[in-house]
Amino acid sequence: MWIYEKKLQYPVRVSECNPRLAKYLIEQYGGADGELAAALRYLNQRYTIPDKVIGLLTDIGTEEFAHLEMIATMIYKLTKDATPEMLKAAGIEDHYVNHDNALFYQNASGVPFTASYIQAKGDPITDLYEDIAAEEKARATYQWIIDMSDDPDLNDGLRFLREREIVHSQRFREAVEMLKEERDRKKIF
Amino acid sequence: MKNFTLRKTYHPYISPFDPCPPVREKTYYTPAQLYLGYQPQNLEQFSPKEALKAGTLWKVFYDPYYGPNEKRRGPYE
Amino acid sequence: MSNKQLPQEFYTMMEELQTLDFVLVELTLYLDTHPDDYNAITQFNEFSHARRILKNQFEEKFGPLQQFGNSYSDYPWNWNDPPWPWQI
Repeated sequence: MWIYEKKLQYPVRVSECNPRLAKYLIEQYGGADGELAAALRYLNQRYTIPDKVIGLLTDIGTEEFAHLEMIATMIYKLTKDATPEMLKAAGIEDHYVNHDNALFYQNASGVPFTASYIQAKGDPITDLYEDIAAEEKARATYQWIIDMSDDPDLNDGLRFLREREIVHSQRFREAVEMLKEERDRKKIF
Repeated sequence: MKNFTLRKTYHPYISPFDPCPPVREKTYYTPAQLYLGYQPQNLEQFSPKEALKAGTLWKVFYDPYYGPNEKRRGPYE
Repeated sequence: MSNKQLPQEFYTMMEELQTLDFVLVELTLYLDTHPDDYNAITQFNEFSHARRILKNQFEEKFGPLQQFGNSYSDYPWNWNDPPWPWQI
């Protein structure tokens, strides 16, 4: 089972009320390479992967839920108490008429989340390569969101999340090496 | 200790018929996980406080990304 | 309740906890692929011990961090007391 902890992984701040930035961040909430897709992808693959990498998929999948909460916090703070006029000026009145200020699992273009974002081929190497690609795609998405943002506090949190993609990618690459079983630790270390 | 670079550049073909002002040098990103292989033991770490701010415990992975609207800043540059 | 302001100490202690826990997250993922690294396991156990102590200190001041019995409760039940993490 999972135990919730009443604490963010990283202290999230945003500098100002800015619904437009929230629209971009939704990409990492309910988009194809977002944190929800990542969490569900890894936790779902656990059941059909060799035992020695189940722990890694479990732990990275769990950390992704902490990242999902960070993204939600950013969106929440960027839009909290924003008026309908502000939402209209930010170009998210179409979101407002359907959801008010509620978060929704969709991408930055308003396409709802779908399970087809999550590949599960059952072949361990294929699935781990999928995971490495997913981390690199999420890293790139963070880059492009940071490019669009002029909020220094928001970017501080986004840089943290981008760095996590780098470390996760590293660990998935190591998981591939574990499954190859050709690694001579003596030679490498 | 890093024997690799985190950024690469290339120079795309510029046509006289490209209407947008040309970007003559393009950049792409080649972070540490492309080079490191299986992480060796006992790599240099950040202090716990620095690690949280950096998003990684090990210095070899540190690769902060700044947008065009930002000045690069931070204690680990 | 809605006008309760958090003291600076809340933010300081929370960030200390986030700091210890981040080291533990990093070491956990590392040990998932390096199960034989003795130094890393020693460091992991030291930080695990320190975070237990800090968790208890934090909870005595600011209430439970976890539930389903992983934290004690005051009377009345204080798990649902704001603020939640996205509100602070």
